[in-house]
Amino acid sequence: MDTILELRDVQKHFRRPDGVVQAMDGVSLRIGAGEFVAVQGPSGSGKTTLLMAAGVLMQPDSGVVVIAGEEPYKLSAEQRAGFRAAHIGFVFQQFHLVHYLNVLDNVLTAALALPADDAEERARGLIERFGLASRAGHVPSELSIGERQRAALARALLNRPKLLLADEPTGNLDEENGRLVLDCLAGFAKDGGAVLLVTHDPKAAGFSHRALRMENGKLAAG
Amino acid sequence: MNIGRLIICEILFRKLSFALGVLSVFAAVGCLVGALASLREHDRRTEQIIAAKQAETQEKMELLADDYRRITLKLGFNVLILPKDQKLGDLFADDYATKYMPEEYATRLAKSRVATINHILPSLQQKVKWPETGRTILLMGVRGEVYMRGAGQKPLLEPVQAGKIVLGAELHQGLKLKVGDTTRLMGREFTVAKLNEERGTKDDITAWINLAEAQAMLGKEGQINGILALDCTCADARLPLIRAEIEKILPDTQVIEFASQAIARAETRNRAAAEAEAAIEREKQGRSLLRSEREAFAAVLMPLVVLGCAVWIGFLALANVRERRGEIGVLRALGVRARQILWLFLGRAVAMGVAGACLGYAAGQAAIAGAEFNVLLLAAVIAGAPLLAALASWIPALLAAQQDPADILRQE
Ligand SMILES: Nc1ncnc2c1ncn2[C@@H]1O[C@H](COP(=O)(O)OP(=O)(O)O)[C@@H](O)[C@H]1O
Ligand SMILES: [Mg+2]
Repeated sequence: MDTILELRDVQKHFRRPDGVVQAMDGVSLRIGAGEFVAVQGPSGSGKTTLLMAAGVLMQPDSGVVVIAGEEPYKLSAEQRAGFRAAHIGFVFQQFHLVHYLNVLDNVLTAALALPADDAEERARGLIERFGLASRAGHVPSELSIGERQRAALARALLNRPKLLLADEPTGNLDEENGRLVLDCLAGFAKDGGAVLLVTHDPKAAGFSHRALRMENGKLAAG
Repeated sequence: MNIGRLIICEILFRKLSFALGVLSVFAAVGCLVGALASLREHDRRTEQIIAAKQAETQEKMELLADDYRRITLKLGFNVLILPKDQKLGDLFADDYATKYMPEEYATRLAKSRVATINHILPSLQQKVKWPETGRTILLMGVRGEVYMRGAGQKPLLEPVQAGKIVLGAELHQGLKLKVGDTTRLMGREFTVAKLNEERGTKDDITAWINLAEAQAMLGKEGQINGILALDCTCADARLPLIRAEIEKILPDTQVIEFASQAIARAETRNRAAAEAEAAIEREKQGRSLLRSEREAFAAVLMPLVVLGCAVWIGFLALANVRERRGEIGVLRALGVRARQILWLFLGRAVAMGVAGACLGYAAGQAAIAGAEFNVLLLAAVIAGAPLLAALASWIPALLAAQQDPADILRQE
């Protein structure tokens, strides 16, 4: 099984007025192609920090991050952006759709970083797959919460990433929509992608192949 | 999908914020175009006013010149050129010169183009008895003007054709002669060509006939005894000057002044002209003072307006960047480059500048009635306003591009 994401002894601390917070404390993790890993843990345990470090958005203090055989933190800032576009898809709790763009254009924002002739065709395919075909011309404020998260999922998948990172994707969803999203993540893994899901929702772990637990910046088997 | 489409969609979504930016560019460009157009309009008005004044002056001068011509004709001529040996005492006692010179002198004078003289009229004049009527008259042989400057010059006295006679008032009244009547003078027959009005001078007892005929009748072939010369160049052309010039060309002549009123008139005319010139000059100065005041006002107003506009756009851009933090964060996470984010905001500023420039130009033009379309100015504002807007948005755009996506995404 090819390793898609590997973290070795990653440290990350933050300085705050009330002292130093060790958000990641010697985190090591390996996720292979086709694997769906869920990390559970209470709020403030460092899950989002882990996700940012894995997502090439936050340079760790120490340790190694390898994604698809490359060490992205050794690249320049520009190259790192390109690397994210090519390899990583993000799904957030707050969806982070662009308010003024309709569903199709929102999905296509992923193509801003990685232009391709067939981007629109793929975007329409994803929209269809997520049952949003009739909503393609609507802006986020006109969508239901579930539709918004599916649009965000479509955007995350547009560039055919190897790694999908999801931060509390079900946090704002009802059970049915939450299940839909988790099914989709599982489907992505089944198709050969690697999924890292961080959540404090115990039910979400049920969809994963492997559940880990995070506490005070330390990762342990669930 | 590209940054341009993103910019357009965002502008359409946040119309008010964009419109506020456009409005400030519009105001600045409108002020600039209006100020420039009003200065141009000022110049145009000045030209009009000055041209009108000049036309008015010209007209007055022409009227004066007309008067001058008419009066000069009635008075006689400015200088009289006589043979050198002519005693002036005899001239005044006899009413005519008793010495003679060749008629060719007149031609010579004309050919030498004396600058101070405009008209040359040779004559042969003698007091004679009109044997057929028993009267004493002044017989004047004239050949009309010897032209100096070609056909454009209007002759001052029409020459009297051979066989024709022009009579002074005293003569035609006393003899009861009409135009077309025939009369005999020293054995020759003449047809009355013209009757002069009473002038109260010796002209009243003068009979004008053709010069050649007079020369034959008086036995003075090829001879004249006076050249009337009219100076109308200007009041500065004083007698000594004229005299010196003429005596250089015709050494055995003398020049005496004649009818100095004409010169006085010319002086008046010149003074009037100078006065009119001065009035125009004063008007010009007044207008130019007004212009420099307007210019100074614009010079103070414009930088203020431009600065105000830039600050306003800068604040709007900053507000826009703050409002779009989440969007910036997610776009950066998706791999959009910092440079693209910079352009996302600069492009918006440029669009604001172009829209404001077009509207502002149109409004500025419309506000000043009769302002001409100026492609150069339009091009300048269409290039300048977006540049200004982009510069004003530069710092906010840079802030947007440098924002840390991890920070944003964690907080939002
Ligand atoms: N940029 C930051 N500056 C300061 N403290 C931070 C920053 N990011 C995270 N933290 C702190 O690190 C700890 C872990 O945060 P986070 O990874 O967001 O936890 P979780 O996602 O599990 O709730 C928290 O105590 C949080 O306050
Ligand atoms: Mg979190």
